[in-house]
Amino acid sequence: MKLYLCVLIVSASNWLMKAAGPLVLGKRDLPPALVRVTQLTAPALLAGLIVTDLGGRTVDWTQLVGVGVAGVLNLVRMPMVAAAAAGVATTALVRLVSA
Amino acid sequence: MMSPDRHSFTRGLRLGIGPALATGVLALNFGAEARARGWGTVVPVVFSAFAFSGSAQFTLLSSLSGATVLAAIVASMVINVRYLVMSVAIAPSLRGSRLARMLQAQAIVDASFLAAHDEDDRYDVWRMIGVSVPQWIFWTAGTAVGVLAAPSPDLMHKLGLDVAFPAFFIILLIDEVRRSRRALVACLLGGTIAAGLLFVTSPSYALLGAAAATLIGLRRRRPHEAVPVCTDRQRQ
Repeated sequence: MKLYLCVLIVSASNWLMKAAGPLVLGKRDLPPALVRVTQLTAPALLAGLIVTDLGGRTVDWTQLVGVGVAGVLNLVRMPMVAAAAAGVATTALVRLVSA
Repeated sequence: MMSPDRHSFTRGLRLGIGPALATGVLALNFGAEARARGWGTVVPVVFSAFAFSGSAQFTLLSSLSGATVLAAIVASMVINVRYLVMSVAIAPSLRGSRLARMLQAQAIVDASFLAAHDEDDRYDVWRMIGVSVPQWIFWTAGTAVGVLAAPSPDLMHKLGLDVAFPAFFIILLIDEVRRSRRALVACLLGGTIAAGLLFVTSPSYALLGAAAATLIGLRRRRPHEAVPVCTDRQRQ
């Protein structure tokens, strides 16, 4: 029972947090200062996600190689999915070779 | 001729494949761990289908073992406060009635929100939904496989699947920092804050801290800070 209650409360709070923007703001535009803040949400969170995915207590250099390959391939205009797949394959290959 | 919404949705589905694979791997771990901790087979799958939030689910799973029920619930809610930020950011781009917009906002997850960001600083809602659909399927199905089969984490590590998310994110980040000097500063600051917080707290709270970098947006933009946009998104 305790577990079901926890699952229900956490799921409901998740729905509410995602719905909060349209629920509170309606169709109103954001104030200019908040617009400038939200424009930076994507780069700030992306950097945070990359650091938290790759960081932590230990840093796995094979992950860094794969992510680096994906980034470089994107810079030389390889499509996104192919570049990400190449990054994954590179890490797998490096781990196979270095095992 | 494909309508713009359908085109956006289809493009989102394609973009969602990479994150979906990574999501599936995480879900396998979640399902296997939940089964090992006595959650049974049904609750983890139902939780994944309804909550669709790895950070909150893993937090509840780990904190229920060592903390009080209230503390575990609060921790799981706090971990997802970033969805509030995302929801506010995306609100002006949602369409239809208030209920329709609230339903569209349920597609917000990290990868989808970020992939939906357009050059004009609005969000393509149908692209976001398209990226979320394969992730939701893989998250729910992966949890089911995890509780039933509990695959070896070693195999997934050997296949390099733990790189799928950061590889996807680095590509999106390259597009983002090309847009303006301020985006580059927010990126560097967010990364630095997250790295610093990793020494004292868990990755989820470090990620929440990275959102503080957006506060540099409170300063008014100077004319020379806008730089020409050169993005690769359209070639996808």
